[in-house]
Amino acid sequence: MIIYDFLSELFGSPVLAAFIQSFIPLIFLIPFALFAVWLERKVSAFMQDRIGPNRVGAHGWLQTVADILKLIQKEDIVATNANKPLFNIAPVLVFAGSYLAFAAIPFSSAFIGSGIDLGLLFIVAASGFVVAGILMGGWASNNKYSLLGAVRSAAQVVSYEIPTVLVILSVVMLTGSLSLYELSEMQTSSFYNWVIFGGTAPTLQKILLIPFMFIGFIIIYISSLAEVNRTPFDIPEAESELVAGFHTEYSGMKFAMFFLAEYANMFAVSAIVSAIFLGGYQSPFGYLGNTIGWEWLVPIEQFFWFAAKGIFFVFVQMWLRWTLPRLRVDQLMALCWKYLIPIAFVNLLIIGIIVIL
Amino acid sequence: MNIYDLIFYLFATITVLSALAVVSTKNIIYSAYNLMLTFFGVAGLYVLLGADFLAIVQLIVYVGGILILILFGVMLTNKVNGMPIHTEVTNIIPASITIGLFAGIVLAFFMNTNWKSVTTEFPATTIQSLGKLLMNEYILIFELLGVLLLIALIGAASIARKQ
Repeated sequence: MIIYDFLSELFGSPVLAAFIQSFIPLIFLIPFALFAVWLERKVSAFMQDRIGPNRVGAHGWLQTVADILKLIQKEDIVATNANKPLFNIAPVLVFAGSYLAFAAIPFSSAFIGSGIDLGLLFIVAASGFVVAGILMGGWASNNKYSLLGAVRSAAQVVSYEIPTVLVILSVVMLTGSLSLYELSEMQTSSFYNWVIFGGTAPTLQKILLIPFMFIGFIIIYISSLAEVNRTPFDIPEAESELVAGFHTEYSGMKFAMFFLAEYANMFAVSAIVSAIFLGGYQSPFGYLGNTIGWEWLVPIEQFFWFAAKGIFFVFVQMWLRWTLPRLRVDQLMALCWKYLIPIAFVNLLIIGIIVIL
Repeated sequence: MNIYDLIFYLFATITVLSALAVVSTKNIIYSAYNLMLTFFGVAGLYVLLGADFLAIVQLIVYVGGILILILFGVMLTNKVNGMPIHTEVTNIIPASITIGLFAGIVLAFFMNTNWKSVTTEFPATTIQSLGKLLMNEYILIFELLGVLLLIALIGAASIARKQ
């Protein structure tokens, strides 16, 4: 809020301020992606008893910067039989779709994005553009592997949206709000007020809710893994079957764009899961700024907690990637339709009954 | 001209141009992606009218659901048959007569209706009042629509199962 007010005073127009503000998450996202790629390589190296990148900078932390420099210089190849306009638009559409979600994510109480009332629904809607972009890239490449990867990805994302929405619905029944900002503000002051511990419901309700909230959290985390095409659900880009899935034909900066979109998506789903269940930008205990009387410190602390929770869940995604084997296509669909959706429905029903009590 | 007018004309142009492209391109995949742009433009117009819920549901249902299914079908059949699907223009005369009549009717209504303009406040949130209306006054219609969708699902499954 503070940043938006500051910008609208500076430019004298709310529309212009909103336009400028929409670039702010990018300032966070690009360094995050650089860091996360390095972290992923280090984590995988650690888990496989290797050293990982260690040449560029201390512990190789500049490796991704060097990689980006390399990707910028690379020749931009478009296969002869590819559909050129769609091939060029696809990376932009995929990144735009994943960046769209950041419009609804509050980073701290000083920066709440657009703060729309329907934030959770908006994020579900934004993922449709990612799917359309992936299908576009896969089809325009004119490559069997790309098309297979894209079609698998679309089937997967569309299926796993259902358990996600069901869990979101059960949270909405409890909190009565679809806005991520309001959700985060509700879970203030202590980790005991987080939705995963039953939110701010009365004590008896809270105790009844906790196990079902944990089930909901696990379901939404599994389906968010599937929505960002991460292992164990990475069949759209399964290296051993499909070369690199929908982005097989891409090189240079277009490939980097897909990569950036993937890491932006990973952070977005982590931030959303933490905003729904784990208090978003709220600290698990009080704020240092409030204790020592420095009010201006509180938003910065909130940003720290937001980033810490997000990066922690990104780390868990990497951890799972290097631990679990990949699911087959039929297993993936069976997991969604035969297990997650029925469990999510029953969970929704039980949470509804507890909330009415 | 205020800046909201500019935004309106931006979305209106996107909607109209992409809708034109949907019917005029030969390549069916281009049509599908232009349809996505049309849905996006319409959603933008809804947002400008203060109907945020309608805009987002438009994106979820049409872009996230129906468009993906269309693309899915087109891409699979297009590649499996090994030949590109091109649309062509047939039955020009009956089509233009029908469309001319329809456009005439719409235009006549548009010109002859006595439009009332009332200045109201933008509702801060539409979802609560919408939910109350759906669950109280229109509950029967709402439930019937649910049953209708269920019938469609069962029908699709039974057609697909038939050997």
